[in-house]
Amino acid sequence: MGGGRRRNLLMSKIYGLGCGKASFKEDHSQIGGPGFSRVVHCNEPSSFEAGIHSYSDNYVSTTKYNVATFLPKSLFEQFRRVANFYFLVTGILSFTALAPYSAVSAIVPLIIVIGATMMKEGVEDWRRKQQDNEVNNRKTKVHRGDGNFDHTEWKNLRVGDIVKVEKDEFFPTDLLLLASSYDDAVCYVETMNLDGETNLKLKQALEVTSSLHDDYNFRDFKAVIKCEDPNANLYTFVGTMEFEEQQYPLSPQQLLLRDSKLRNTDYVYGAVVFTGHDTKVMQNATDPPSKRSKIEKQMDLIIYLMFGIVFVMGFIGSIFFGIETDNDLENGRIRRRWYLRPDNSDIFFDPRRAPAAAIYHFLTALLLYSYFIPISLYVSIEIVKVLQSIFINQDIHMYYEETDKPAHARTSNLNEELGQVDTILSDKTGTLTCNSMEFIKCSVAGTAYGRGVTEVERAMDRKKGSPVREQNGLNHVEDSADTPAIKGFNFKDERIMNGNWVNEPRADVIQKFFRLLAICHTAIPEVDEETGKISYEAESPDEAAFVIAARVLGFEFHNRTQTSISLHELDPISRRTVDRSYKLLNVIEFNSTRKRMSVIVRDEEGKILLLSKGADSVMFEMLAKSGRDFEEDTREHMNDYADAGLRTLVLAYRELSENEYKVFNEKFTEAKNSVSAERETLIDEVADTIERDLILLGATAVEDKLQNGVPDCIDKLAQAGIKLWVLTGDKMETAINIGYACSLLRQGMKQIIITLDAPEIQSLEKTGDKNAIIKASRKSVLEQIASGKTQLSALSAMSEAFALIIDGKSLAYALEDDMKQSFLDLAIGCASVICCRSSPKQKALVTRLVKTGTGKTTLAIGDGANDVGMLQEADIGIGISGVEGMQAVMSSDIAIAQFRYLERLLLVHGHWCYRRISSMICYFFYKNIAFGFTIFLYEVYSSFSAQPAYNDWYLSLYNVFFSSLPVIAMGVFDQDVSARFCLKFPLLYQEGVQNVLFSWRRIVSWMFNGFYSAIIIFYFCFRALEKPAFNDDGKTASRDIFTGTMYTCIVWVVNLQLALSISYFTLIQHIVIWGSIGFWYLFQVVYGYLPPSFSTDAYRVFVEALAPAPSYWFITLFVVIATLIPYFLYNAIQMRFFPMYHGMIQWIRHEGLSDDPAYVEMVRQRSIRPTTVGFTARRAASRREASQRRN
Amino acid sequence: MSSNTPSSSAGGVGSADSAAPRRNSKRPKYSKFTQQELPACKPILTPRWVISAFMLVSIVFIPIGVVSLFASRDVVEIIDRYETECVPENLRDNKVSFIQSDANKTCTRKLRVKKLMKQPIYVYYQLDNFYQNHRRYVKSRSDSQLKDNSSWNDVSSCKPEDMSNGQAIVPCGLIAWSLFNDTYNFSLNNQQLEVNKRGISWKSDRDSKFGNDVFPRNFQNGTLIGGKTLDPTVPLSKQEDLIVWMRTAALPTFRKLYGKIERDLQPNETIHVTLENNYNTYSFNGKKKLVLSTTSWLGGKNDFLGIAYLTVGGLCFFLALSFTVVYLLKPRQLGDPSYLSWNRNPGGH
Repeated sequence: MGGGRRRNLLMSKIYGLGCGKASFKEDHSQIGGPGFSRVVHCNEPSSFEAGIHSYSDNYVSTTKYNVATFLPKSLFEQFRRVANFYFLVTGILSFTALAPYSAVSAIVPLIIVIGATMMKEGVEDWRRKQQDNEVNNRKTKVHRGDGNFDHTEWKNLRVGDIVKVEKDEFFPTDLLLLASSYDDAVCYVETMNLDGETNLKLKQALEVTSSLHDDYNFRDFKAVIKCEDPNANLYTFVGTMEFEEQQYPLSPQQLLLRDSKLRNTDYVYGAVVFTGHDTKVMQNATDPPSKRSKIEKQMDLIIYLMFGIVFVMGFIGSIFFGIETDNDLENGRIRRRWYLRPDNSDIFFDPRRAPAAAIYHFLTALLLYSYFIPISLYVSIEIVKVLQSIFINQDIHMYYEETDKPAHARTSNLNEELGQVDTILSDKTGTLTCNSMEFIKCSVAGTAYGRGVTEVERAMDRKKGSPVREQNGLNHVEDSADTPAIKGFNFKDERIMNGNWVNEPRADVIQKFFRLLAICHTAIPEVDEETGKISYEAESPDEAAFVIAARVLGFEFHNRTQTSISLHELDPISRRTVDRSYKLLNVIEFNSTRKRMSVIVRDEEGKILLLSKGADSVMFEMLAKSGRDFEEDTREHMNDYADAGLRTLVLAYRELSENEYKVFNEKFTEAKNSVSAERETLIDEVADTIERDLILLGATAVEDKLQNGVPDCIDKLAQAGIKLWVLTGDKMETAINIGYACSLLRQGMKQIIITLDAPEIQSLEKTGDKNAIIKASRKSVLEQIASGKTQLSALSAMSEAFALIIDGKSLAYALEDDMKQSFLDLAIGCASVICCRSSPKQKALVTRLVKTGTGKTTLAIGDGANDVGMLQEADIGIGISGVEGMQAVMSSDIAIAQFRYLERLLLVHGHWCYRRISSMICYFFYKNIAFGFTIFLYEVYSSFSAQPAYNDWYLSLYNVFFSSLPVIAMGVFDQDVSARFCLKFPLLYQEGVQNVLFSWRRIVSWMFNGFYSAIIIFYFCFRALEKPAFNDDGKTASRDIFTGTMYTCIVWVVNLQLALSISYFTLIQHIVIWGSIGFWYLFQVVYGYLPPSFSTDAYRVFVEALAPAPSYWFITLFVVIATLIPYFLYNAIQMRFFPMYHGMIQWIRHEGLSDDPAYVEMVRQRSIRPTTVGFTARRAASRREASQRRN
Repeated sequence: MSSNTPSSSAGGVGSADSAAPRRNSKRPKYSKFTQQELPACKPILTPRWVISAFMLVSIVFIPIGVVSLFASRDVVEIIDRYETECVPENLRDNKVSFIQSDANKTCTRKLRVKKLMKQPIYVYYQLDNFYQNHRRYVKSRSDSQLKDNSSWNDVSSCKPEDMSNGQAIVPCGLIAWSLFNDTYNFSLNNQQLEVNKRGISWKSDRDSKFGNDVFPRNFQNGTLIGGKTLDPTVPLSKQEDLIVWMRTAALPTFRKLYGKIERDLQPNETIHVTLENNYNTYSFNGKKKLVLSTTSWLGGKNDFLGIAYLTVGGLCFFLALSFTVVYLLKPRQLGDPSYLSWNRNPGGH
C-alpha cells in the first residue's frame, strides 16, 4: 500500500490554504439546534444510534410514477387537459338520456386514446428508471469492517459508511474528507458538475484524521459528526466532529460533494454524511419543470376557440330548438307537428317546458358537437413526437463516435420548439470549447511560425472552397483526432522544430523567447517516477500549453523549488542539452488590471532578467524605444492570429542591473508585506516601475481548442438568423478570445463592454462601504448601458455590428428589475452578447430575462451542473453529454454529444418537427371542422333536434380510423425539403422563428377551409339527393343513404386534402392515405353485414343501396373534386407566384438548379437579412474594409 | 418526381462501417427509414402539373356532365300538388279541422301526360316540412319488435306510442303510428290503372328488419289515431308501405315510393286520380304532392348533377386556359424572394 503515493510534496505549502480556515465560532454554536440536527456515526452505519435517525439511503429516483401511483396520477394528468376532460364529461353524459348516440360508441375511442397516452407515459417513465438504475448501480469501495474495503453499488451506501474513492472517480455521496494519499490530507476536486469551474479545488481534512493513510487504519475508527440538515447551499457546511473525545469544527473545506470528481489524488477516505436526495447536488436539483412548447400552448387556444364555436352552435341550435318545440303545441291543445306527439312528451321535447327542453338540448348539442374537438389530437401528437424523437435519437449524423454517444431526446414535448429557436444561450467551457489549450503559432523576431490550422481557419477555408474541398472537410474529424500526440501542443513548423531553430537568422531571439516561456509561469511539474515523463499542473490550461511548447522546442522545465526553476535546455552552440537552473527572485502575478505577469530570475551567469508576458494592449506601451524592432511585424501577425480566433500574448524581457533590482526588491517586499487595503495597488505600482523599457521578443498564439465544427455551426446558426449569447464563468479576456475564435466577435466590430473594473469603484471597494459600492456600481452600470444604447442608435443606421460584453458583477446590477429592460434592449440590439464571470444563478436569470423579455423561444446549451438552472429555465435545454458527469444531461430536454450537432438538430430536425406538428395541428382542426360542421348543417335541417347525421360508429370511428393514420404519417414523415437543403439554406429556419406556418392567419385559413369543405359537401349532397329517385329502381334517398354518401365524400376529401398538402410521398403515405379510404369501404361492407341490432341503420346500406347506384359514385367524384379545387387553385397560385421560402427551395430542387452555385447564392443572398456574426459575416466585413481602403 | 437520396450520407455510412464494429456500440443503425431518407416522390405544383390537372378534370367532368344531364332529361315527371285543392273551398280557412273531421275526403285529380312515359312509372308521394329526421321521431321505434315476434313486448324506446289499453302496440313508436295514409287510385280512360306495391321497399328491410311472423297487433287502437291502419293478418315484412315509411327520410322534404305503374303512358293521355286526402299536413303547413316519374340509369329527374359537372368541368377548362396564358405571358423569375414575409420589413422581427 502507498507505493503509488507521490512525492511527499506538501501542497499546502505552495498554495496558501489559509483562506478556508476562518473562524466558525458563531455558526458552530447552533449545532444540535433546529436545522443542525444531523448526527453521523462514522463507521457504524448499522449501529443502534444510526437506526434512530433512519436517514434515507443513497438511492436516487427521478421517475414521475411508481407502480401504485401510476394509474391515478397519470389519469389525473390526462384529464387535466381540458379537451380530455370534456371528452370524459361527454363520455359520462353519454350514458344518460341526453345522449344522441350510444354510450359505447362514445367511450371506446376515449379509452383507446387515453390508453395509448398512458402507455406512452409509462414507457417514458420506465426509461427514466433505467437511467436512474445506471447511476444507482455504479460501484464504489466501502469499508466492510476489519479494514477491508469492498466494492458496492452507490445505492447501498448509508450515512456513516467509510468510503474510499480513487482517482478520477465521482464521489457517490456527500463525504466528509478524512484522509487522502497525501500526507497533509489534501485532495484535488473538480467541481465542474456543480459550478462549471474547471480549475481544481483543494480540500483538506482535519489534521487529527490525516494520518489514516491505509485501509487497516479504519478497523477501529470511530467518530461522531454533528452537522447541519440537508440544504441546497453548495458553499456552506457547518458541523463538528467528535473524535477521541475531542470536538473539532468542520467547514466546507472538508466536505466532498456528490458528483464532483477526485483529481490528481490517488485516493481519499471519507465518511458519508448526506446520501441520495439529501446531498447538496440533489437538493439543488429542482423538479424539472414540465415544459410545453409554444405550439402546444397555441393549440390550447385553438381548442378553446373550438369550444367557443361548439358553444355558439349549441346555443343557436338550442334557441331554435326551443322555439320550434314551443310552437309544437299551441294553447296547450293544438298539436302542430302532431306526429311528434308534443302533447305527451318527456322533458327533452316538451313544448310546455320549452325553455327546460332547450337547456337539455344544449347539453345534448355539446355531446353531439364534440366531434369538432379532435379527440385523437393529443394522442396523435404524442405518438408523432415519440416517433420524431426516435428519429432524432437514431440520426447517424448526430452520433459521436469518440464517446459512443448518439443524440438523445429525453422529452419529446419540445421537438417542434426546436424549430422556433430565436436565441441560443450557450455555456462556453465544455460546450463551445473542449477546455484544452493548444500552442499553435508564434511570432518571433518578426517572423511568423506555425503551420497549424485553427478550427476557424479551417471553417473559413471550407467556406471559400468548392464543394470538393467540403468533402475533404468532412474528414478533418479524423485528422484532428490523431494529431495532438501531445496534449496542448499543435504546433507544426519544421523551421524551428527538432532543434532546427538554431539555424534561423535570429536564433538568439528564439532562444530567449522559448526560455521565457519555460520560466515565466506558475506551473508545477510532476514527474512520473516510472516513465520519467513530466506533466504539468498549471492554473490555467494555456499556461500548461506554453510550458509544453517550450519543452517540445528544447526547453524542458522539470523542477521547481520555492526559489528556483530548473530546465533542460538545448544549447544553440554546442547543440546539446544542458541543465540550467534559474534562481527565482520575484513573481509578479497576473491579474485582470495588470493583464500581464512577470518573473524576475537570476541566471547562471548572474544576470538578472525580468521576463514578462501579457496582453498586447499593455505590453506594447511598456517597450523600450530600442526594443521595438519587430513591433510592426508582430502587431500584424497578432492581428492575423486574433482573426484566426487565437488567444495571443506578447513576450518581452529586459535585463536589470543589480542596483535597479535592489531598489525594486525593497519596495516590492515592502508592498507585499503591507497589510493595508491598498496592498494590491501598491504592488501594482511597484511592479509598474520595473516593468518598462522592455525588449520585444514576439508573440504567442494559443488556440482555446474549440470543439470540432463549432465555428461552422455558429456560422450556420447565424445565417439561420438565430442569435447566440455566450454565458460563461470565465474571465472576460478568455471569453472575448473565444468570441473571436468562434466568430462572434471580429475586428472592426464595435464592442460595448460593461464592467465594474473602473478605478473609482475599485477604490470604493477598498473602503468596504457596501452601500456606497452598490450605489456607485449601479450608477456606473446604468450609465454604461445608457451610453451603449446611444452608440447603438447612433450607429445602427450604418449597419455597424455591435457586441456586448458584460461581466458578472455588472450583470448582477443589470439584472435588477429597474434596469433589466434597458439591458435587454441593448443586448437585443447587439449582434453578439457575451456574459462573463456569470454564476449559475445569473445564467438562469439571463435566460429568463431573454425568455420573458422578448417572448421568443430560447434554447440553452451547456454541459455542466452549473448550467442546470439555465437549461431548466430556457424553453429548451440541451445538455452536452460529454465526458463530465450527467448533471446537465439529466436536467436537459435533449442531450447531444457535440455542440456542432446543434446545427442539424435545429435546422433539420427542428425545422421538420415544427413544420410537421404545425401542419398536423392545422389539418386536425380542418378535418374535424369539415366533419363536425356537416353535423351542424344536418342539424339545421332536422329542426335542431340534435339528431346525429351519421351512424353512431361512423361518428366515433371517424377520428380513430378513417382520418388519423394519414395525419400521423404526415407528422412523422413529411419533409418540405430534404436535410441537405435545410442545411444549404439555413434561412429556411426563419419560417419557424417567425412562426409562419402556425400563425393565426394560417390556422384560421385552415379552419375556414374546413367550414367551406363542410358546406360544399353538405349542400352538394343535399341538392343531388334531396327528392328524386337516386337509383334506377325508383328508390329515393333515405337518411342512411344520404348520410352514407356524405360521409364517403368527407373521408375522401379529408384524405385527399392531406395528400395535396404533403410534399413527401413515401410508400407509407400511399399506404395510409389510400388505406384509410379503402378501409372506409371495407368497414361499410363488414359493418353492414353485422346484424341490424348492432349496425342499425347502416345495415347493408353500402352493399344494397350505395354501391350499385351510379349516382353514389358520381356524386362522390364530383363532390370530392369540387371541394378540393379551391385549395388546389390557391396552392398553385401561391406556389408559382408567392412561394414561401420552402417553396422556393423546392423550385430550386425541382429545376435542378441546386448545383448552380451562382443561382443558389442569389437566392440565399437576396433573401438574407445581413448576418452580423459568423465567419461568413467576418469575411464579408474584411472584404468591405479592404475595398474601403483601396478607395 | 425523382427520388432524391443524397449521396453524401451514403459515403459517411460507408466509412463508418469500415470502422471495426465495436461491441455495445450505441451507434444508430443505418437504414433509410431511421435516417428519413426513404425514397419518395416530392410533387410540386409546376405549371405543367397544374394545367394538366385542370385539363384532366375538365376532360372527365364535361362528358359526365353531358351524360348525366341527358339522363336527367330523359326522365319524365308529373308533379301534382294537391293539399289545398283537395279541401273543399269553403273549408279552406280551417283545413286542420276539416282533416280531423269525419267528412268525405275523397278528391279527384287530373294529370296530363306530356311526354311518353315508359314503364315502370314510379308513383311517389312528396311531403314538405315534415321532419322525419327529428330525433324524437327517429328514435321512436323498436327494431327488435319489428324483427322478432318473441320480443313483441319490447317497446321501451317507443314512448309515447308504446302501449295502448295496457297492451304493447305492434309496430310501436311514432314512426309507425304516423304512417302516411293518403291513397291514390289511378284510372286512364275510365280504366283502372294497376299500381303495383310490391318491391317498393329495400330487400334487406323486408328480409332482415321486418319479421314475416310479426303481425300488427293493437295498432291504431288508442285515443289518438295517427295515420294508416294495418291489416293485422298480413305480416310486417309484407307491409311494404310501412317498410318504406319506416326508412326515415334524410331531409324535411322527401319523396317516398307509393307504388309502380307497369305500363307505358302515351303523350296527352289524361290520368284520373281518385285520392283519399286523409293525412294531416295542415297543422304544420306541409305540402303534399303526388309524383309520377320514370327513371333513368342515374335515377330520377335531377339536373343538378349534370349542371354541376358541366360547371366545374368548364371552370377547370377555363382555369387551365388562364394558367396557360398567365404562364406564357408572365414567366416568373424563379426564386424571387421579394415576397418573403421577413423581407418586407427588413430588420423587423
